[in-house]
Amino acid sequence: MTADTTATPGPRTLTRQRRRASAARFWKQYRTHRAGVVGLAALVLCVLVALTAPLTVGADVRSVTDAPGGPLESPSARFPLGTDQFGRSLLGLVIWGSRVSLLVGLLAAVLSVAIGTLIGITAGHFRGWYATVMMRITDWFLVMPTLVLAIALATVMSRSLGTIVVAIGVTTWPTTARLVRAQTLAVESRPYIERAKALGGGHWHVMSRHVLPNVMPLVLAQTTLIISTAILTEATLAFLGLGDPTGVSWGGLLQDAREAGAVSSGDWWYLVPPGIAIAVVALAFTLCGRAVESVLNPRLGVSR
Amino acid sequence: MTAEATPALVEGAAADPGTPGPAAGRGPRARTAAAYLRYVAGKLAGAAVSLLAVLVTSFFLFRLIPGDPVKFMTGGRPVSAEQLAAYRREFGLDLPLWRQFAHYCGKALTGDLGTSYQFRTPVIDKITEALPNTLLLTGTAFVLYTALGIVLGTRSAWRHGRLGDRLNTGLALTLYSVPSFWLGLLLIIVLSVGVGPVPGLFPTGGMESGGKEGFAYAVDVAHHLVLPVVTLVAVEYGQTLLVTRSALLDEMGGDYLTTARAKGLRDDQVRRRHAVPNALLPTVTLVFVNLGRTVAGVILVETVFSWPGLGGLFYQGLSVPDLPLVQGLFFFFASAVIVMNTLADLLYPLLDPRVGR
Repeated sequence: MTADTTATPGPRTLTRQRRRASAARFWKQYRTHRAGVVGLAALVLCVLVALTAPLTVGADVRSVTDAPGGPLESPSARFPLGTDQFGRSLLGLVIWGSRVSLLVGLLAAVLSVAIGTLIGITAGHFRGWYATVMMRITDWFLVMPTLVLAIALATVMSRSLGTIVVAIGVTTWPTTARLVRAQTLAVESRPYIERAKALGGGHWHVMSRHVLPNVMPLVLAQTTLIISTAILTEATLAFLGLGDPTGVSWGGLLQDAREAGAVSSGDWWYLVPPGIAIAVVALAFTLCGRAVESVLNPRLGVSR
Repeated sequence: MTAEATPALVEGAAADPGTPGPAAGRGPRARTAAAYLRYVAGKLAGAAVSLLAVLVTSFFLFRLIPGDPVKFMTGGRPVSAEQLAAYRREFGLDLPLWRQFAHYCGKALTGDLGTSYQFRTPVIDKITEALPNTLLLTGTAFVLYTALGIVLGTRSAWRHGRLGDRLNTGLALTLYSVPSFWLGLLLIIVLSVGVGPVPGLFPTGGMESGGKEGFAYAVDVAHHLVLPVVTLVAVEYGQTLLVTRSALLDEMGGDYLTTARAKGLRDDQVRRRHAVPNALLPTVTLVFVNLGRTVAGVILVETVFSWPGLGGLFYQGLSVPDLPLVQGLFFFFASAVIVMNTLADLLYPLLDPRVGR
C-alpha cells in the first residue's frame, strides 16, 4: 500500500484503482476467517439495533416516572426480559443501553488510537532524546494499572460521557504507540524514504505521505481491538458508579441490578442480559480485530 | 520494558579492559557479571524514575478536582469558617502547592500516605491491614491462571488448527470478553444464593464466617476463596493462553526443532525440552506487563465478593469519595506493579542469556 505513484497519466485514478483492488484482496482473505465473519455479522446487527433504537423502543424507556410495569417483574409475554426496580422494560433498556456502550467504545478507541499513532509515528521518525523520552512515557503507561488510572481520572472530573471517553482514551494508547513505532521504524528503513528525503521531502511530508499510509492497516486492526477493551472499561466504570448518571448503559444496568438486590434475591434474569450484551459486543470486536490482524500480518499466527 | 539502554551496555562491556589474568575462562565471566550489573543499574534507575512519576501523578491528579477538598470532606454539612480552617491546617491544605507537594513526597517516602477522611486512620494502616487478604486472593489466582494459561496455550499451539485448539481459543476469547464483575455476580447467584433446585454451595461474600480457629479457620477461608479465585482465573487465563500459543507458534518453524526430532526425540520431549523454554520468555514478560490488568480484576472481584482487601477498600474510597484513601491506593497499586515489573526485568537475563547483553 505505498501511497505515492510514479505513473504520469491520471495518478489519482491509478491510486484509486489500486486501493480498490487491495480492498477487494483484503476482503477475499478476510472472508476465509470464519470467526472474523461471525464477529462482523454480530457487529452489524448490534450497530443496526443501536441506530434504530429511537424507532423501536423510543427514548421513553428511560423514564422512571411513567414506567409501564410493576417493579422487578420476571420475564413475561409483555416484558420479554422482565422489568427493573422502577418497572421499566429491561429489553428496552438493554437496547437503549447499546447506544452509550457503542458510542463510548468507538470514541474512546478513536481517541486512544489517535494518541498512540501520533506518539508512535513521531517517536519512530524523530530519533534521539525525543524518542527516548516518549518511549519511556509509553512504557510507564503500559505497566500502569489502566483501570486504576481511568478510575482516578473519572473521579476527579465531572460525571459525563466525555469524561469516560477521555479517561479510557488517555490510558489505553501505549500498545498502539509501541506497535506503530515499530512499524514506522521498519518503513523508514526502506530506500524510497531516502529517495523522498533526497528530493526535498520534509518531516511532515515523510510522516504524512509515506509512513502514515503504511501504518494505517495496523491502526485499523488496533482500533477494532481497542474498542472491545473500551466497551469493557466503560461498563466497569459505570458499574463502579462513575458513569454518566443521566444515561442508560449496560454497566449502569448491572449496577442498578446490584443495588436493587437482584443478586441476593436470585433475580438472575435482571443480570444476565446486560452482561451478555457486553460480552457479545466485546467478543465481536475482538474477533474482527484478530481477523484483520492476521490478514495483514499472517506471520503473527494468531487466528485460525 | 525493552532493553532501550542495552546497546550502550554492550559497548561498555566490550570496552571493559577485562581481567588480565592468565586463565582464559575468567575474562568472559567477569565481563558477563559486569554487563549484568550495568543492566541491573539501568533497570533500577528506570524504576526510580517511574516511581517518581507515579508520585507526581498521584499528587497532581487529585488536585485537579474542582472545588474545595475541605468542602468535599465535610460532605456539605454546615460547618463554621473556623472549623474549615482547622481542617485545612489538619490536612496541610493551607500551604502553597509546591510546599504541599514537597510535604507529600517526603511523607510518601517514609510510608505516610495521609489520613483517610472516612475512617480517620492513616491510609497506610488500612493498606497494611488489607494487603495480606489481597495477596492471598491474587497470589492464588495468579499462580493458577498463569499455569492454566501456559499449559492450555502449549497444548493449543502444538495441535493448532484442530478442534481442541479452536475450542480452547474460543473459550479463552469469550471469557476474556466477559466483564469480571458480571461473572462474579452470576456465580454468586448460581452457586451461593442458588437457582431453582441448586442449593447455595458457597458463601456469598466476605473472607470468613467468624468464630473459627486453627484448621477449621483455614478451611473456612478456603471455602470463601473459591468463587473469587474462580472468577479471576476465568477472566485472566485467556491472555496468558493466547500469548503462549502465539509465542510457541513462532518457535514451531524453527530449524532446531527439526534437528531435535531428527535425533530421535519423542514429540513431548521436543515440546518440553526445546520449544516451550524458548517460547516462555515473551509469555513471562507479558504476564508481568499485564499485572496492571490483574489489579483491575482484583478491584472488581473484591468489590463483588466483599473481600476485605485493597480492591474492596478502593471501592469504599471511591463511593465517598475519600480522596486520601483513593490517592494512597493509586500510589500503592502503581508502585507495586512497577516494582514487580522491575523484579521480572532483573530475572530475565537469568532465564534467557540473550537479554541484557
